[in-house]
Amino acid sequence: MRAFLILEDGTVFSGQSIGSEREVISEIVFNTSMTGYLEVLTDPSYAGQAVVMTYPLIGNYGVTPDMESARPWPDGYIVRELSRNYSNFRATGSIQDFLLKYDIPGVAGIDTRTLTKLLREKGTMNGMITTDENYDLDAILPRLAEYRPTGVVMRTTCKEKKVLKGSGKKVALLDLGAKDNIARSLNQRGCEVTIYPADTKADEILGTNPDGIMLSNGPGDPKECTEIISELKKLADSNVPIFAICLGHQLMALANGADTHKMKYGHRGGNHPVKDLSTGRVYISSQNHGYVVDTDKLDKNVAVPAFVNVNDGTNEGLSYVGKNIFTVQFHPEACPGPQDSAYLFDKFIAMMGGRADA
Amino acid sequence: MPRNMDIKKVMVIGSGPIVIGQAAEFDYAGTQACRSLKEEGIEVCLVNSNPATIMTDKQIADEVYIEPLTIDVLKEIIIKEKPDSILPTLGGQAGLNLGMELAESGFLEEQGVRLIGTTAETIFKAEDRQAFKDTMEKIGEPCAPSQVVHSVEEGIKFTNTIGYPVVLRPAFTLGGSGGGIAHHEQELVDILTNGLRLSRVGEVLVERCIAGWKEIEYEVMRDAMGNCITVCNMENIDPVGVHTGDSIVVAPSQTLGDKEYQMLRSSAVNIINELKITGGCNVQYALNPDSFEYCVIEVNPRVSRSSALASKATGYPIAKVTAKIALGYTLDEIKNAITRKTYASFEPMLDYCVVKIPRLPFDKFITAKRTLSTQMKATGEVMSICDNFEGALMKAIRSLEQHVDCLQSYDFSKLSDPELGAQLRVIDDRRIWVIAEAIRRGFSYEKIHAATMIDCWFIDKIAILVEMEKRLQAEELTPELLREAKRIEFPDSVIARLSGKTEKEVFDMRKANGITAVFRMVDTCAAEFEAQTPYYYSVFGSENEAKETHPEKKVLVLGSGPIRIGQGIEFDFCSVHCTWAFAREGWETVIVNNNPETVSTDFDIADKLYFEPLTAEDVEAIVEVEKPDGAVVQFGGQTAIKLTEALMKMGVPILGTKAEDVDAAEDRELFDRILEQTKIPRAAGGTVYTAEEAREVANRLGYPVLVRPSYVLGGQGMRIAFNDAEIEEFIGIINRIAQDHPILVDKYLEGKEIEVDAVCDGTDILIPGIMQHIERTGIHSGDSISVYPAHSISDKVKDTIVEYTKRLAKALHVVGMINIQFIAMGDDVYVIEVNPRSSRTVPYISKVTGIPIVDLATKVIIGNTIRGLGYEPGLAPAADYVAIKMPVFSFEKLRGAEISLGPEMKSTGECLGIAKTFNEALYKAFLGAGVQLPKYKQMIMTVKDTDKPEAVGVAKRFAALGYKIYATRSTAKYLQEHGVDALRVNKITQESPNVMDLILGHKIDLVIDTPTQGNGDKTRDGFLIRRNAIETGVYCITAMDTANALALSLETAGGKLTPVDIATVKNV
Repeated sequence: MRAFLILEDGTVFSGQSIGSEREVISEIVFNTSMTGYLEVLTDPSYAGQAVVMTYPLIGNYGVTPDMESARPWPDGYIVRELSRNYSNFRATGSIQDFLLKYDIPGVAGIDTRTLTKLLREKGTMNGMITTDENYDLDAILPRLAEYRPTGVVMRTTCKEKKVLKGSGKKVALLDLGAKDNIARSLNQRGCEVTIYPADTKADEILGTNPDGIMLSNGPGDPKECTEIISELKKLADSNVPIFAICLGHQLMALANGADTHKMKYGHRGGNHPVKDLSTGRVYISSQNHGYVVDTDKLDKNVAVPAFVNVNDGTNEGLSYVGKNIFTVQFHPEACPGPQDSAYLFDKFIAMMGGRADA
Repeated sequence: MPRNMDIKKVMVIGSGPIVIGQAAEFDYAGTQACRSLKEEGIEVCLVNSNPATIMTDKQIADEVYIEPLTIDVLKEIIIKEKPDSILPTLGGQAGLNLGMELAESGFLEEQGVRLIGTTAETIFKAEDRQAFKDTMEKIGEPCAPSQVVHSVEEGIKFTNTIGYPVVLRPAFTLGGSGGGIAHHEQELVDILTNGLRLSRVGEVLVERCIAGWKEIEYEVMRDAMGNCITVCNMENIDPVGVHTGDSIVVAPSQTLGDKEYQMLRSSAVNIINELKITGGCNVQYALNPDSFEYCVIEVNPRVSRSSALASKATGYPIAKVTAKIALGYTLDEIKNAITRKTYASFEPMLDYCVVKIPRLPFDKFITAKRTLSTQMKATGEVMSICDNFEGALMKAIRSLEQHVDCLQSYDFSKLSDPELGAQLRVIDDRRIWVIAEAIRRGFSYEKIHAATMIDCWFIDKIAILVEMEKRLQAEELTPELLREAKRIEFPDSVIARLSGKTEKEVFDMRKANGITAVFRMVDTCAAEFEAQTPYYYSVFGSENEAKETHPEKKVLVLGSGPIRIGQGIEFDFCSVHCTWAFAREGWETVIVNNNPETVSTDFDIADKLYFEPLTAEDVEAIVEVEKPDGAVVQFGGQTAIKLTEALMKMGVPILGTKAEDVDAAEDRELFDRILEQTKIPRAAGGTVYTAEEAREVANRLGYPVLVRPSYVLGGQGMRIAFNDAEIEEFIGIINRIAQDHPILVDKYLEGKEIEVDAVCDGTDILIPGIMQHIERTGIHSGDSISVYPAHSISDKVKDTIVEYTKRLAKALHVVGMINIQFIAMGDDVYVIEVNPRSSRTVPYISKVTGIPIVDLATKVIIGNTIRGLGYEPGLAPAADYVAIKMPVFSFEKLRGAEISLGPEMKSTGECLGIAKTFNEALYKAFLGAGVQLPKYKQMIMTVKDTDKPEAVGVAKRFAALGYKIYATRSTAKYLQEHGVDALRVNKITQESPNVMDLILGHKIDLVIDTPTQGNGDKTRDGFLIRRNAIETGVYCITAMDTANALALSLETAGGKLTPVDIATVKNV
């Protein structure tokens, strides 16, 4: 069946429907990872967005256990070619069936490079995926213009708290739409990880006397999360060591008087160089963010940049002055992407006064 | 870290002559690195024995030494030039070994010279098998169980502990030379014996065989601060067991999940950090297809063939960045030359798929064993880019120029199912064609996978192509079907053939339906950032990104495709220089080529680079976008010449010599007419199509006769026939492939062979120099030792040659380059052949005469005159030194290949000896070719009857040099009768001790074996002697002239060699 991707600026791409045939409106973003399509699909940070994969051959190794959450989150999936056959010793099914099972609409056969260039030039746009051959552009475009992904954090966070047993440091993980590998990374280092829903009050977390608090990644506009931000203020004042990733990093910055803004087309992929400003070392990082912290409005006495993006100079991490808090914009938990910055979890454990293998 | 300002003068060591396993990729890497160093204001002193390279140009380096790559020569140059640093990681294994030896000997420390790029300690840790194993163990990186052995007994003992099969890898050899897989003890003994002999240090690694696992490579970069990135990973479609140089390779990996991808990436980063490599490095893995188990196969602490491929596949210039890192820069300080916005500290993201296919020489060596294993056999490779795998594969297939254009090109349909099943288990260069046939027969993927161990994902892709063949045969050709066929890159010709249409009909249908190729940019970043560099590949069904440009003048330069015997790196040299010359004249330049190893496909050589197959259809798509004002075909070898007619049909003017004149030189009748007109004699002959006609002509002329196809390069299929049976055989071989052009049969004339390259502007000619071959006629010019200036011809002959060259150039209306080969018999001169194009000898003769021939020819093509360019027409004055070009062969890599020299070219590369005297030049030339004699002062002679009188002289010279001479019965008898103290030794078929025992005793320096005619029989004594000599590393000579030259060179050996800076060579 034919499917169409209609963009906010009126551009229409056509291809074949994959997955669900239902119609969806979403924000269209692109990801440049060449492997890890399953991790991308199950990354909760994509809630409220439809993802374009710039790598043209998707689905080659099928569906494997490499899921970053229990289900796929993107509103839609846009690829150049979905492999008709998959091959991997762990594969249990095809991406086609996976999309169908979770009712995710998608479109294949799209000229993804041209689409990516368009998003790069004009910035992230909203769009619709439809299988309706008789779509009415005049009716659709206003709807696209007004679409805003909202409430996505609460949509993706866990419904109740969960515990991953461990004998080491006790970490409270605030799930803002967390990828599983954050908890896994800590748990593998011996930590007992308690995962809390995003709307958990600071007092409840602090009441359990955790050794450290981990703020996860998550979807959407950070400024929308006003309630969480006010709870984060309390956590920041508690003196419990805090490590935050992506959305967690942005929210902590907002809680400390910084500002964030939406980037033209964001960073999504596994090849972004970030420089550790204290050592000058550069690491290749996994990234997935459409918003970024404005460091110019940040009080130098509160926090200072710890990492910077080598390509565009945007902020990639903050170190809070006089506090046991550090936060990064990129994804040390990888999945997908390079594992070069996984050492930050060790650093976090050291901050809590522990050893990685405790 | 900013650059280290203590580095002011760097010596770069090249990789020497092109051999299998070490080819053009090092010219690309070295050239890029030298340019990168010069950009930083550093004085570059270059040493490489290979005159065909671009890196040995005086515009690339400040001092250029085309000298033998030996320790002694390098020491001389270091003392003379006083560099403060040496960069050894760009000259392949050869360069790395030399850098190591210099460092280990303490000489560098003595001279205050350091190795930059990578330390000797790092090289040792990566290259020494035991040190490497220990290092990997230390950081917990798994290697297959293995042991370094120094003897066969040790090898057997260890193998008995780990079980067969085992892989054998000799230490410090090229392209896996001497390696292999042993399935039982006899094989182990055979391969190990050979491997121990070939290893510089007499070491061979015996390793658990992990054949069948996925073979994955990572290209990694690291700077001195420890910043690391992976440029790309690559997956070999052929699983472990086939040398990566002989494998079909895809980038990025296709069947790895992120878990596997990142697991291996992290491993590669760990390894490069532990080894403290600075610069580019290649790590090869074997990955168990059914688990996460993996083994590190090897690490190359240097730029390699794979890094050249990775550079072209991603747009990330590994050699350039390696050079900058060697100077002290960190990755985040080096700009990404493609985007000019981002930095070298990022990892390229591809939004396309790259396929590399090796170019194997089995069309040349028809007797050679076609199977592929851990010893590399490919002479070159092609790369293609597309947004789908099937398309990339199809494009790569037709780039090979081996009469293949789709998966039907090798016919296995005659095999029965069981035979086909057995054929699937044979690992050779036709395996994907066998798989395609198996799919046509309905073999299951599982069955094919079980036989080949090739991942089912790739098998499915081959199935998609087979299904398209069937649809094109069975269905009506609708626009939809056509669109889909073009998406996966079926060429129009194949679509026409399958659908029963004409090519024109297919083409018209495409036009009518808007199904045309568009061009996309290789931008390193999957379109995330805007890129600046016009490096393009074609796809169907997308948007055109090739920027329209309308310069005053635009030229299309056609490259020469994959490196093969007969059409090597020389033609890349010519293409690149032609491009530069056009650029200097203000033209916009567009290059089309498909060879990832070459300088011409570096993205900053021409204004635009199209990485595309060199077929008429592919070129036409480019022409439609670029609308060039003209095309040059005379620099890209036969590949470019073959496109002449098609280009004219497209309305692209051919710049320089006209197509009809090119034809006149190739077409027998037209050419005979021209010779008559110009009153130039040639050997009598005729044109034929069948063996019967050939026999008739041969008998009319009298044997021996020269038999050859027309319109070929490197004398492909050319033989000397001595009788009717041989005619039958040779014509049969030539006609295995359908011939568009007739076969030529000429009377064979024995004499001195002379070669001339000249530039003609339509009126005047300029001959930079006359070259004379050491070997008399009958041996291909590319395989002959060539001397400049001609050393033993009379002034009369010289004058005749100049005169004939003039006449021929004018008669053929040559504008640009012409190459002519002559025979001199006494004072009589005959013409052998005329090529109105650039030749193999152009780089060499340009360098040794100081006359930039390609540059001149290009300017002439544009309309300048020789006089106008400041040159006096005629023969340029000869230089006051001698330059000798020596052919270099790769026979030891090609089991079963016939090594005796004849009219068909067999050498893969060349080196140069340049000196004030003939003898020193000759000695240097042999030395550069790796002939370092004497060692044991023992040799074997076995010559055919007609050579026996001459053999006496040769034997006497070697005897005088202190050689003990062994000879087979009749040769020994003849030598003894003529006063040579030769020792008789039994033939191979006779009882021991025989010739074979002598050779395997490893105490023989040299075998002189001149073959009896007809070389089809592989069981003959001579063939076996030659093969065994080559495979045990014994130098083998098959022509008396070569033997005399070697004797001469040894007679004068021992004196101090004086390096010559070729950059100072000026034409007098």
